[in-house]
Amino acid sequence: MTGRPDESSTALEVRDLSVVYPAARGRGPARAVDGVNLRIGKGEIVALIGESGCGKSTLARTLVGLVRPTGGEVLHEGTALDYSARGLKRYRRHTQLVLQDPGGALNPKQNVYDAVALGPRLHGLTEDLPLTVHDALARAGLRPPEQYFDRYPHELSGGQQQRVVIAGVLALNPSVIVADEPVASLDASVRGEILKLILRLRDDLGLSALVVSHDLGLAWNIADRVAVMYLGRVVEQGTVEEVLLRPQHPYTRALLSVVPTGADDWRPTLLAGEPPDPTAIPAGCRFHPRCGRWADADPDTRAAGACDRRTLPVLAPDTSGAACHLLTSSHLENA
Amino acid sequence: MSSPATVAGPALEPPAAATRRPRTARMPWARYVAGKLAAAVVSFAVTLVIGFVLFNMMPSDPVRTMTRGRPVSQAELVRLRVQLGLDKPVWQRFLDFVNDTLHGRLGYSWEYQRSVASLTMSRIGPTLLLMGTSFVISVLLGLWLGQRSGWRAGSLFDRITSSTALTLWSVPTFWLGMILLMVCSVGIGPIHGFLPAGGMSDPSLPQSGLRHYVDVARHLVLPALTMILVVYAQYVTIMRSSIIEEIGSPYLLTARAKGLTDDNVRRRHAVPNALLPSVTMIFMHLGTLISGAVTVEAVFSWPGLGDLTYEALKIPDLPLLQGTFIVFSASVILMNLLADLAYRFLDPRVRAQ
Repeated sequence: MTGRPDESSTALEVRDLSVVYPAARGRGPARAVDGVNLRIGKGEIVALIGESGCGKSTLARTLVGLVRPTGGEVLHEGTALDYSARGLKRYRRHTQLVLQDPGGALNPKQNVYDAVALGPRLHGLTEDLPLTVHDALARAGLRPPEQYFDRYPHELSGGQQQRVVIAGVLALNPSVIVADEPVASLDASVRGEILKLILRLRDDLGLSALVVSHDLGLAWNIADRVAVMYLGRVVEQGTVEEVLLRPQHPYTRALLSVVPTGADDWRPTLLAGEPPDPTAIPAGCRFHPRCGRWADADPDTRAAGACDRRTLPVLAPDTSGAACHLLTSSHLENA
Repeated sequence: MSSPATVAGPALEPPAAATRRPRTARMPWARYVAGKLAAAVVSFAVTLVIGFVLFNMMPSDPVRTMTRGRPVSQAELVRLRVQLGLDKPVWQRFLDFVNDTLHGRLGYSWEYQRSVASLTMSRIGPTLLLMGTSFVISVLLGLWLGQRSGWRAGSLFDRITSSTALTLWSVPTFWLGMILLMVCSVGIGPIHGFLPAGGMSDPSLPQSGLRHYVDVARHLVLPALTMILVVYAQYVTIMRSSIIEEIGSPYLLTARAKGLTDDNVRRRHAVPNALLPSVTMIFMHLGTLISGAVTVEAVFSWPGLGDLTYEALKIPDLPLLQGTFIVFSASVILMNLLADLAYRFLDPRVRAQ
């Protein structure tokens, strides 16, 4: 695959990242993120896909410095994140977060102008503030911007609210946007507009973005690369075409199989077993209790205990491929 | 059957149309105020009726109660009844009462032989002093403790604050007042009383100048402390729960992600938004300020409106009770009106309704 790109083209990278939440009553500590390598190139949109509870939101929050990792590091343009108050503040000019529910993400008592101006004011960028706010709103597609200045969040539609949130992000001129389910709470028609906006911002401003979603269609529409997360770890990653058209990992295949194709032989693979629990991660491959391929494997393979005992290596940040014992072994046999 | 194209028609209108909604659609300020004002006037009218019914339709005969235990002849009873205006028909008495109220006299006290309005005016100062002091302190104390403990709910600070506040809230006012009185002014065991037991000032001291103010302040400590201790818990609990409700809001996460420190997220975003329910409560308590002190004023013989009401109850001086009832109700109505108006400033969502 592609060689390791030089540091200068990397916007954001995480290495061996893990986030462990302390044990709640009667359960073990939750390993929400458990060894993740991920790279977001400059001007690249990466989609992080996975079911709820797989740690993708925690990963997103760790990327913007809201959650402090228990292991590994977050690198912004090659330098590790500094978790001092001043270091974080500096970092937050560059990396901004967009949340799922735009209605909640805006302070109900702040009008649009103040909401967008919040970031610049915090970072002392008050020179030409009205102009900054004006530009940010215009770039977020709210035109004419002046008309929105003294509106309050409750007076706007969901799509307009999300545009205000995005304008608030743009006002800081960040290099990376981390969007946690940015369109999940919006109507289908508005969804397309917001996605188009993110794409245009990438093209016009060279923004990088990590878009967290459980929606494969969204990944197909806007992402350059896709990473599939399962129980705190990336199990498969690659370009959109690689992951979505030629999925390797049984989990990715199962996710994709439930997308209706319209073909007569469409047969979704429904995942059996318990939904994943980050407080009790299975030994070996963490997907094996729900893996159809492991269940159907021949007795020899099962007896060898590949999936339920042998630890899987963590995927390197930039490789395309899947972390699966069965794939690796069949690959070796073919060779 | 209609064609699908006509069905889809309206949906194809440009979405921008919605953003150009004329701003006059919002309710104008004057109409809002007029509406609230009208509601307040209606409430006051209803209060007049209730106040009159309450004190004039009571099953007991005031003349008999007043003369209880004294030898009075039938002729004297009749004369007293005529003197108090109790011989007139009910509707006549109601009209007199309304007329009196609208002229600001509020009736004529049987006991004091003065208009209720003038009695009220002479007693309102001490009440406002006592209630104002304890109100301001309890609001500030309660809100500060509430937002602190809500922000770190479950912490040691929170547990101590909440349990102390709730314990004090559950204590009967007169009981707490008496305990404080015993400890601080009578003295228990080795402790000597160091604060005056009652009244508002020491009559042996000059009634003006710095020494008088210090004297009044010393008299104020115990009744105000009693009020504060019993009342502040309400602000703690309401502020604490609104902060906890606010903590989960994504906009706090947004503010944090923009680089705001935790303390500033609390001060600039969480607290102002969580204040709304407390503001409602503050205004409601402002209304009851004048009347709320009956127990405390009775325990500490503080010469305020509460004490006046308590004295009137013992006689019973019906016009005086009726008058103070109207004053108390009017202050609640007035404060509610102010709360409604203040809300429009504080919450943009109300502004748009």
